[in-house]
Formats: sequence, structure tokens, C-alpha cells
Amino acid sequence: MKKIWVLTVLILTSLIFAACSSDSANSDDGSDSEDSSEGEGTTVEIFSWWTGAGEEDGLLALIDLFKEKHPDIDVENAAVAGGAGTNAKAVLASRMQGDDPPSTFQVHGGAELNDSWVAADKMQPLDDFYEENDLMDKFPQDLIDLVSDEGNIYSIPVNIHRGNVIFYNKKVFEENNIEVPTTFDEFLAASEELEAAGVTPLALGDKNSWPATQILENILLAKLGPDDYKGLFTGDVAFDDSRVVESVELFGEMLNYINDDHASRVWQDAAQLVAEGDAAMTVMGDWAKGYFSNDLNLTVNEDFGYITTPETEGLFMVITDTFGLPKGIENEEETKEFLKVLASVEGQDTFNPLKGSIPARVDADESKYDEYGKDTMDDFQNAEALAPSIAHGSAAPEGFLTKMNQAVNIFVTQQDVDQLVNALVNASSEF
Amino acid sequence: MGTKQKKRKKFSKDQWLAIGFLTPSIVLIIIFVYGFISWTGYVSLSNWNTIVPDFSFAGLKNYLFLFSDFRFQSDLRNMLFFTILFIGAVILLGLCLAILLDKKIKGESFFRNIFLFPMALSFVVTGVVWQWLLNPSTGVNNFLKTFGIEPLWYTDTNILAGFQWGQIEFGVPVAIISIVIASAWQMTGFALAMYLAGLRGIPEELREAARMDGASELQIYRKIILPQLRPITASVVIMMAHISLKIFDLIYAMTGPGANFVTDVPGLYMFETTFRGNYYAHGAAIAIVMLLAVAIFIVPYLWNNRRADS
Repeated sequence: MKKIWVLTVLILTSLIFAACSSDSANSDDGSDSEDSSEGEGTTVEIFSWWTGAGEEDGLLALIDLFKEKHPDIDVENAAVAGGAGTNAKAVLASRMQGDDPPSTFQVHGGAELNDSWVAADKMQPLDDFYEENDLMDKFPQDLIDLVSDEGNIYSIPVNIHRGNVIFYNKKVFEENNIEVPTTFDEFLAASEELEAAGVTPLALGDKNSWPATQILENILLAKLGPDDYKGLFTGDVAFDDSRVVESVELFGEMLNYINDDHASRVWQDAAQLVAEGDAAMTVMGDWAKGYFSNDLNLTVNEDFGYITTPETEGLFMVITDTFGLPKGIENEEETKEFLKVLASVEGQDTFNPLKGSIPARVDADESKYDEYGKDTMDDFQNAEALAPSIAHGSAAPEGFLTKMNQAVNIFVTQQDVDQLVNALVNASSEF
Repeated sequence: MGTKQKKRKKFSKDQWLAIGFLTPSIVLIIIFVYGFISWTGYVSLSNWNTIVPDFSFAGLKNYLFLFSDFRFQSDLRNMLFFTILFIGAVILLGLCLAILLDKKIKGESFFRNIFLFPMALSFVVTGVVWQWLLNPSTGVNNFLKTFGIEPLWYTDTNILAGFQWGQIEFGVPVAIISIVIASAWQMTGFALAMYLAGLRGIPEELREAARMDGASELQIYRKIILPQLRPITASVVIMMAHISLKIFDLIYAMTGPGANFVTDVPGLYMFETTFRGNYYAHGAAIAIVMLLAVAIFIVPYLWNNRRADS
């Protein structure tokens, strides 16, 4: 009997152990939400991947501004570092699937918002919020469309980056007496001359394959025009359209002028080639401007210049970070207060000069921005059309982007036009 | 009466105690290891290829997709040649260094520490260091340039002895050699330590006896020492195979998937397709294929051990 008694005790203890450890495993995941619920919903948890220089300063300044206005509300900065947002998105996905959403989170406007979280019915519409705060005419209509799905608005754009920019080394072009190209013919001719002069015409760093995808998306925008470019993702234009094939062929021609060691470089390394004069141009979003001026201490329009990618003048490839309101959070009112600050001129002008982006609002204070910023704000407000970027998740779902990146990676080496076009057609069958 | 008492005594007090202490960990392992393996297997047979879970049954669709996919075929090729070259390099270098150290040289412990030290680093650190060392435009090429050779290292997209097979060119990807160098640099110390322990375990009398019989040094190594080291080699192969088949961190830090996926491995593909592309079922299927690949090495080993025990 005694032994059975001992055994029972041991088994019970072991079960308690097991229960405890699975409990603690659960609370590891859920500790954030528990913390916020303890404070009776007075903690606003802001989820982002803004941990780099500049962007983190911007976020912290924004949080300070919010605390000034609402000293009674606590803010938790739940930023996840690494992988240009990949890690953060993975953490976000598991939290959303576990019904433990952060109060508000960073998400690129467009497909990344609409085809995932809105489609999964995890977001609250913000139409009333826009009305109450008189925001409807403060953002360009194209931008509001980008954060809307079936007539409802789902998030607040905070900043704008431009994706169709070529950064070039001014001295290289001056020394070789070459004009900066504005069409693809000029681009190829200039590349030929630059190559003859011993300079790599186009710097590419595709260790991560999206910079190559970004070149292709810019060619697609130029060749299809903004409406048909958007049509690719609504099914109105097929991916085996002759203009897509032409774009891919052109992409292949441009790849003849890239640096040999592109696969060992990331975009910063490619920008460095341009800065040092080993390469003439690089196609990159305008976060590269911050890299040139802050990290490499170069002067805009003196050491390096910028121009829109060929044949996309007047068009604006837009990458926008936005914040929305998930369903099932406890502190909706407080979170809305934070979104209000985020949407205000004051909020946007606090964040963007530090991050090196331009505000999404059209009525922001231009004097707070540098020369490039002012220039881009003019372009943004007077743009013929805004186009969503594929490479940054705005035009198409992440699943399509992953497959497109893979196909582009193969194309950069094999240069098989049919193969890439087929891969795009197959990938697009999913949306 | 007698038999009943015997039954009661089947487990002694110590054994009861052991069972009691083992139960929690067994329960935990069943839930958190085997439970999650089964869960992954279940997901790999589902249609969950969006951000919203969808557990409807898909059959082998995900596996069929993967085995016809250019990237996954490249991954299997890379994994195969990486494993062969990596294990070969580690065993060969580890054995040679162990034999040299076994000569009772001066400062043996100093050298042993030097060779073992890279093991103290994490693969991520190794990856970053070797990424710069083998970068075609910086690193060792600055030195090799003086001899007129400039290898492309991990940016080389050539496939040695390649022939078309399925979607891919099947052969040894040149870029993989860079990763073999980095990983062998790190893990050779482990094989060295194992072999050194093995060599110390071979009684001196055996060599003496062979020498008395007139065997040459080479014959002693070939006929006596190496056969004695066979169990050590088996352990090293198992340890290295499970590292190389599951490798992720080193390649992620060093090269990424590489141009044309010449340095891609299933681990990288699994991570990217699951957490970037939201293809959860594809990711789960890759995980199961990796599990089976490791099982090919581990299961015979465990089987052998079990037989040896009983």
C-alpha cells in the first residue's frame, strides 16, 4: 500500500510539473498581453520593426510626443529587430493567430494589410475615425485607396518612401561627360559608355533578392503605365502580356551592366560602390538617401544625385508604413488616441525628419525637411499616379512576392525570359 | 503466494523512484517533441498556404509541389554535396591532426586548445567572418591576386560535372566549397578531440606487438589503429551529419540562398517560405523531409546501440 501511495504522489507531482511548465510556456507568449491587461487597458503596445538608426529615434520621439499629450497612458514599445521586418512579421503572425494582437502594429499599406489581416477579418474599419478627425482630404486619394478594402479604410499611413529612384555618383558622370539617363535607350547607351570608361554602370546587391525585384518592378511600371501596372494584380492584365515580356527582356539587358559580385552584397554595399565611384548608379528606394548622407557623409546634389528611374517621371512608386486597429484589443480608446497623434501633422513632422522619409499627409510643414525631402514632397503631392511596390509587399500578397523573388534570383543567373514569365504567371494564379 | 510476492517485487524502491523522476520529462518530451512533430506532419498534409490557417486535407500536394520545384531540387543537391564534402573534410582533417598530436609533441595542450577553440564560436559568428574572408572583392582574394588567381568563392554559380536532372543542373556547386571551408574550420576540432581520445584508448601493447611482428608504421595505422577507431568515426559521422543536414545559421549569416540558389539548403527555404511567404504547409513539408533525411543517419545508429545494449 505504501508503495502505491508513493507512486500516486510522484505521478501527481509530475503532472503538476508538466502543467506548470506548459503554463509557463504559454505565459511566455502571452506575457505582453497580460501586462497590458493588468493596467486595466491603459498601456498601448506599439508593434513595429523600427529598431535601426533614425527610425528608432523617430519612433521614440513619437512616443514622447504622445506621452506629453497623454501622461496617464503608458506606452510599450514592442519593436522586433532584424531581417527588415521579417522577424517582426513572423512574431506578429503567431500573435494574431493566437488571438493576442498588439494594440497597433506597423504594416505596409496595400496587399500586406488587405490580403492578410483584413482578409482574415482581424482589423477594424477606421472610416469613422477618418471622419471624426477630418482626415479624408489630408491624404492623397491613391494612398487612401491603398489602405482600403471593399470601401472601408483600415489603417493610418505615417510615412512615405519612394521606390523608383536611381542614385548616381555625380563626379563619375561629369568626369566621363555623360548625361544622366531618363529613358531606357539612354540608360543602355550611357551604360555602354560607362563600361568602356572602366566604371560599373549599375550597382546591385542582391544577396537578398528584393533589390533585383525592385529593378524589375520599376521597368514594369514604366512599360505598362500606372493603370495597367495595377491591373497586373487585379487580373485585368496578364503576366504574359507582351509588355511584361518586353520588360523582362529589358531587365535582362540591364543585368549585363551590373557588378560581378552582386550576390555577395546587400543594398548598402551596392550603394557604397556608387559612393566610392566604382559604380555609377544604383536603383534603390529613397532610404538609400539616408545611407548616403548620414552613414557615408556625402552631400546631396554635390557628391551624389538622384533621378526617377527611366520613363517613370511623374509616377511615384510608394512604400508606406501604416498603423491599424486590430479586433479584440482591450484598450481601443487609448489606441485611438495614439493613432490620432500618428495621423496629426505634428506627429508626422516629428517622426519623418528623423526617419528620413516624407509625411503621408499633404499639409505637412515642408520647412522641417531637407532638400531631398522637399523635392520628394512636391513630387508626391503632384504625382500623376501613385503605384504600389511589389518588392515591399504593397502590390501583391507576400506569397506572390516570395515566389517572384525566387524567380528573379534564378533569372539574374540564367536570364531565361520564358522561365521568369511562366513563374510570374503561376505565382499570380494564387490571387 | 511465492509468485505473487515475486510480482510485487518486480520494481524495487529505487526503480519506482526512477520512474517517478523520469515521468515528468517523458510527458514533456511526448508533448513538446513528438506531439509537435506529429503536428508538423499534420500541417504538411493540409492546405495551410496563406496567413489564415486552413486545415483541410491536401494529401501529398505539398510534397509533390516541392519535389518538382527548382529551389527545392537545388536544396536537395546542395544538402547532399555539402554533407559529403563537409563530413569528408572534418574526418580527414580531424584524424590527421589527432595523429600528429598523438606523437606526444611539446605543447600538445596548447595546440589542442587552438584547434578546439573555433567550436566555442556560434555558427553565426563563423558565417560573418568567413563571409568577409571569402568575399570575392575583399578578403583572401587581395592576397591571392598576387598569384594571379581570383576565385569567385561563394558567388560562383558554376556546377562542377553538372548534367540536367529534373529542373536543375545536378553536380557539385562550386559555391558550396566556401561553406564547407567555413564549417570544417569550425567543426574539425570536434573530430580531433574524438579521435585523440580514441587513439589514447588503444593500448600501446598492440602497436608494440605489431612492430615485433615487423609491421611498418603505415601498416600499423592501416591494419590496427584505423579499425580500432571505427566506432569513433561512426559517432563523428552521426554528429556531423545531423549538423550538416539541418544547417541554417551558418549559411543564413554567410551567403543566404545565393545566386541561382547555389548555396540554398532546406532549412533556409523552410524559413523563408513559411515566415516570408506564409506557405505554412510547404514549410511543414520541408521540415518533415529534413527530419527523414536526418533519420536515415540516426535510426540505424540508435538501432545498433539498442542491439548492443541487449
